[in-house]
Amino acid sequence: MLDLGKYAGAVMSSWGVTILLLVLLGVITWRQSVNARARLKAAEDRRKARNG
Amino acid sequence: MTNAQRTKQADDRWNWLWEWANPVKFMALSGKVLPFAAAIAALTLVPGVIWGFFFTPEADKFGSSVKIIYVHVPTAMMAINIWVMMLVASLIWIVRRHQVSALAAKAAALIGMVMTLAALFTGAIWGEPMWGTYWAWDPRLTSFLILFLFYLGYMALWGAIENPDTAADLTAVLCIVGSVFALLSRYAVNFWNQGLHQGASLSLDKQENVSDVYWFPLVLTLVGFVALFVLLLLIRTRTEVRLRRLHALETRERMIDA
Repeated sequence: MLDLGKYAGAVMSSWGVTILLLVLLGVITWRQSVNARARLKAAEDRRKARNG
Repeated sequence: MTNAQRTKQADDRWNWLWEWANPVKFMALSGKVLPFAAAIAALTLVPGVIWGFFFTPEADKFGSSVKIIYVHVPTAMMAINIWVMMLVASLIWIVRRHQVSALAAKAAALIGMVMTLAALFTGAIWGEPMWGTYWAWDPRLTSFLILFLFYLGYMALWGAIENPDTAADLTAVLCIVGSVFALLSRYAVNFWNQGLHQGASLSLDKQENVSDVYWFPLVLTLVGFVALFVLLLLIRTRTEVRLRRLHALETRERMIDA
């Protein structure tokens, strides 16, 4: 295991916060993308049904 | 050659760029680019952070805290550069009224806000052992905090205005105003010869750079962050294009129902 000495807390918390924020950003981006795709597909299907 | 022919030739030279402005072509092109952006992000970011975290030595002055550089410097550089990208996209919107450029600026804002927040957090965490304080009203720190507030304001303005064209116009103006602080964040250390924050870690001037043992993994990590940004930006812009299409379809439905 890597020995970070007296700065272990600062290093681990910096990396932890950054990774957490980037993962959250990735999850939000992915969820918004999936959600938008599903809503657009439903709207396109409704339009096709109306137009016959 | 006449002036008109010269203008047409110049326009033709930029056709590859303006093709991205057509939403249908943008969706097709970005769909093809996405897997490559994902692969480049993975192939640079993963080795970069592993190299930086596990295989770099402690620094004489900073000890092991030097490893914070691999999250602090890329997030800080991206925070500023994303705002510059938003500025360019906003100017394209103002001048040429290309919807995709306005949507790309909107899509980039959350990524920029997260990068700014990460830079502020990691800077504060690093500041405590180095300067003995988490925060000081230092020129660079203060301009970064203002940049963060601009990101929040930019996103709030998009959310507050229902008409997408009006929202794009007003946020473009806000983006131009905020660019002063983005540039200030970058050059604050040079403008004022005071404050706690050190000079640039990466520079075209070899003398100012960190030593090679830290520099190589830092550049790799930075390329990884840029690739990650491109990947997230493409996904988010595609989402915004879909939402714009959805908005148009729902508006038409409401008009038919009324």
